[in-house]
Amino acid sequence: MIPAAFDYAAPKTLDEALRLLRRHRDARLLAGGQSLLSVMKLRAATPKMVVDLGRIRGLAYIKETAGTLLIGAMTTHEQIASSALVWKRARALAEAAEQIGDIQVRNRGTIGGSLAHADPAADYPAAFLALEGVAVVKGPGRQRTIPADGFFTGLFATALKPGEILTEVRIPLKPAIIGSAYRKMKHPASGFAIVGAAAVLRAGSKGQGSQVRLAFTGAAAHAFRAKAVEAALAGQAITEAAVKAAMERATEGVEMLEDLAADAAYRAHLVRVYGARALLAAGAG
Amino acid sequence: MAAMTMFGASIKRREDPRLITGEATFLEDIRLPGMLHAAILRSAHAHARIKAIRTSRAARAQGVVGVFTGRDFADLNPLPCAWQAGGVKNNVNTPRVLEIDRVTFTGAGIAVVVAEDPYAAEDALALIEVDYEPLPVVVDPEEAIRPGAPQLHENAPNNICMDWSCGDREATEQALRAADVVIRQRLINQRLIPTPIEARGAVAQYFPATGEYTVWMTSQCPHIMRLLMSAFVFGIPETKMRVISPQIGGAFGSKIYLYPEYCLVAALAKKVGRPVKWLETRKENYVATTHGRDHITDLEVGARADGTVVALKVKTLANLGGILSTIAPGIPTTLYGRMLSGAYRIPHISCNVVGVYTNTGMVDAYRGAGRPEATYVVERAMDLVAHKTGLDPAEVRRRNFIPPEAFPYDPVGILAGLKYDSGDYDKTLRRALQMAGYEAFRREQAQARQQGRYLGLGLSTYVEICGVAPSAWIGLPGQGWGAGLWESANVRVHLTGKVVVTTGSQSHGQGHETTLAQLVADELGVPVDDVIVQHSDTLGTPFGYGTYGSRSAAVGGVAVHMSLQKIKDKARRLAAHLLEAAVDDVVFEGGRAYVRGAPDRAKTIQELALAASVGYNLPAVMEPFFDETSYYDPPNCTFPFGAHVCIVEVDPDTGRVKILRYIAVDDVGRVINPLIVDGQVQGGIAQGVAQALWEGAVYDRNGQLLTATMMDYAVPKAGFFPRFELDRTVTPSPTNPLGVKGAGETGTIASTAAVVNAVMDALAPLGVTHLDMPLTPRRIWQAIHGRKEAAR
Repeated sequence: MIPAAFDYAAPKTLDEALRLLRRHRDARLLAGGQSLLSVMKLRAATPKMVVDLGRIRGLAYIKETAGTLLIGAMTTHEQIASSALVWKRARALAEAAEQIGDIQVRNRGTIGGSLAHADPAADYPAAFLALEGVAVVKGPGRQRTIPADGFFTGLFATALKPGEILTEVRIPLKPAIIGSAYRKMKHPASGFAIVGAAAVLRAGSKGQGSQVRLAFTGAAAHAFRAKAVEAALAGQAITEAAVKAAMERATEGVEMLEDLAADAAYRAHLVRVYGARALLAAGAG
Repeated sequence: MAAMTMFGASIKRREDPRLITGEATFLEDIRLPGMLHAAILRSAHAHARIKAIRTSRAARAQGVVGVFTGRDFADLNPLPCAWQAGGVKNNVNTPRVLEIDRVTFTGAGIAVVVAEDPYAAEDALALIEVDYEPLPVVVDPEEAIRPGAPQLHENAPNNICMDWSCGDREATEQALRAADVVIRQRLINQRLIPTPIEARGAVAQYFPATGEYTVWMTSQCPHIMRLLMSAFVFGIPETKMRVISPQIGGAFGSKIYLYPEYCLVAALAKKVGRPVKWLETRKENYVATTHGRDHITDLEVGARADGTVVALKVKTLANLGGILSTIAPGIPTTLYGRMLSGAYRIPHISCNVVGVYTNTGMVDAYRGAGRPEATYVVERAMDLVAHKTGLDPAEVRRRNFIPPEAFPYDPVGILAGLKYDSGDYDKTLRRALQMAGYEAFRREQAQARQQGRYLGLGLSTYVEICGVAPSAWIGLPGQGWGAGLWESANVRVHLTGKVVVTTGSQSHGQGHETTLAQLVADELGVPVDDVIVQHSDTLGTPFGYGTYGSRSAAVGGVAVHMSLQKIKDKARRLAAHLLEAAVDDVVFEGGRAYVRGAPDRAKTIQELALAASVGYNLPAVMEPFFDETSYYDPPNCTFPFGAHVCIVEVDPDTGRVKILRYIAVDDVGRVINPLIVDGQVQGGIAQGVAQALWEGAVYDRNGQLLTATMMDYAVPKAGFFPRFELDRTVTPSPTNPLGVKGAGETGTIASTAAVVNAVMDALAPLGVTHLDMPLTPRRIWQAIHGRKEAAR
């Protein structure tokens, strides 16, 4: 609970932050600090330099532009959970934000920090995947985007490269989102997801049924999409029977995590139960 | 008129403004000039010989003042065990200030760094090199007592600390053979981690000129700490040590004990010649502060077909950890085995408890201490009998209750001479069932089952023992407690009429500054705000045994009451002198003394205090000043009881339990401050429910604690609960003149069994009759799933 010594910098601009990252190869970025500070206190992380993004203006916002929901990386969970716009346009994300930790955590923690940290049991990743979000990343001299599908690469690992900073999360709002939901079994100690499921239904093209996206967090080394389920339900009416049948394929090709809260068999079962619940909730509008 | 208005008044806690505004001084807030910081290196192995510890690199690190190992403190004695199991041989092994050549649990202190700041101390820990010779590890008490198991202590063959029994085994076995139904059930009462919000800590200063120590520590009983440290560990006169408990941020029993670190910090202060501070991290709190419970019990209960229980036989393995904490053996014996009659007239009871050493952290009293374990056994037994006989669990309880006319009740000798003082058990049950709408619930439950929903209702009609005392009963040689267990109080009325109460009790959340002042306000007829209550410093308070076992009102409060009677009597005698009347004609009431029938010519307590303080005009034989000390040693313990009802719904798809309602009707005797008692009951219920559903310390086979952070160990949060529905009946305790019993632990004692009974009731249609705690979704789902699989 007593961290090792570290240097600390609080740049005022993104460029300055990027320069600091270039200069200090093992620097860690501090956003809301709700994960990083805990691991530093346990000395599970011992960065020599901590670059605090908290003084950089203009990284916290929620807005809709040209069919896309734009969320600044430093937007807190509480801001997302209390945004009428997010509830209206991307309900699953608001439901995920609302269920993170407790009010203190939600007031400090940020969506960018959480996604970049890539805790396998964090709530946002499922919603980010199911909503087919896009991460906007600034690196030395350039900006690029990473689609959610390729963002999570392993346990606490993402496609972010050294020296890059996640600056914005984009949620495409076309085709129109008909319904979305996030359902979760909370760990009673940590509040993290033992299993969390996000489902998104989008309008299909003319004459076709809806498009289905279903993603899970807490169940495997990183959040994943249940593409077999999505395919099975594409264009189908979201009924209890259809969902239940499709859920049998939810964990195909995915190795379930095992811990004190859930062994693999129980976790796979929870994936089916919470996946169905999220789908049915999304289907209910 | 103030008289008899404060007793029973829900006034707000007087200690809260300073706590809420951050003005209270906790241990962390103490900063002395020149103060150094200690960090402790803890054993990485659960069982190992320590072959060598090399400290030179750490000693050279920046900011480090000194690095020490157990050998540097070899002159200090091992810590004492102050409560052995009564009447049997105890194979005692207690910690040293730092362990020297062997460790028996992960987290035992083996070296210490003293540095200019906590960061330097923590950094230097990584530079200490330890050569361990790992030894075979055993963490399961059932494995530990088997032949060939790793042996933890030379003086404890088969790892047995003590083998203790009560009751009549032969008669109980005979009654079981004659019973219509006999139910056998293995019950695991899992290990819990108390988790007060404030962890432990100590600050010590040594004064070379006088050879005196001042030690601030997170303790529930500073006087006992001074006694044990000075006389038993340091071998110095008690008068050379002053112990202060600053504001304590919760304890739940875990701060009763003398810990190695408290002694270590005092010894370091002398060694380095500067004040030393040590503050526990949360991780240390989880591995090195005491745990609670951890019983494996084989229960046999016999009953007649009509649900009348005829015999209860209990065999319990109590896991005591790798080494003994201060009162570890007393908890699973006196406070557990002796309470196995519960609220019932059970003609034959027999209990055997074997205390076992394993390579796990120390186990000692945790809120409820023995009585939650006993209540769990008895209340599960009642439900198992109901299930087996097909009777309603409320009806089975009624048929077995000790009836009101049977008090004082001797539970067939297992209380070793004590008797339950009072009770009306059916009254609390009736009220609780009425609040729950019992009949309507059973209809709703039946309907819900039709729809595939699983509702359950659980009862716990408990009785507990608290106000723990009579010295002559609990002390050696009877119950093994190595001292007395009375309590003290001094009351002084100063010249200005303001009242100072000092007590040997030690408030760490109980609200003594409020409740004891309420007692004073009524008796002396002064405003509550004219009273201050001081405690927690061995300098300036009378010796007392401290606060635990829900004893501060029933024992400490009575000591205050006695001192107040002495002051009132002296005030009356002084008033008689000033009013030129006969003492027998003077009454003291509502803060005024007057001649009976002439209340207009009265002397107020303030006038009398002034007269007593200045001493200009006193009766010939009267000493100046109102200053009275009392020591109260009750004739019996007190026995709160009540009925708790928990209503749950189990989600069969996930195994998740949702608490729909929680109803508690307690009888804690007369209540000084209902607001405070409600708070105590609510907190207690939360902790008891948490044992049933969420909490559980888990060690792996190597003796590493897997639940060593608050991310893994699930303490309850407010949002987990519905609003508790509380009520009380009042059966005044005949044991003490205040009629009070104790309310600090009832919630924890009662609630665990109520929740488990509720979940088992919900699962009954699925054929599940028992699951061990915590009833996690995974465990429940596996049970349901297993049944379904088997049924296929």
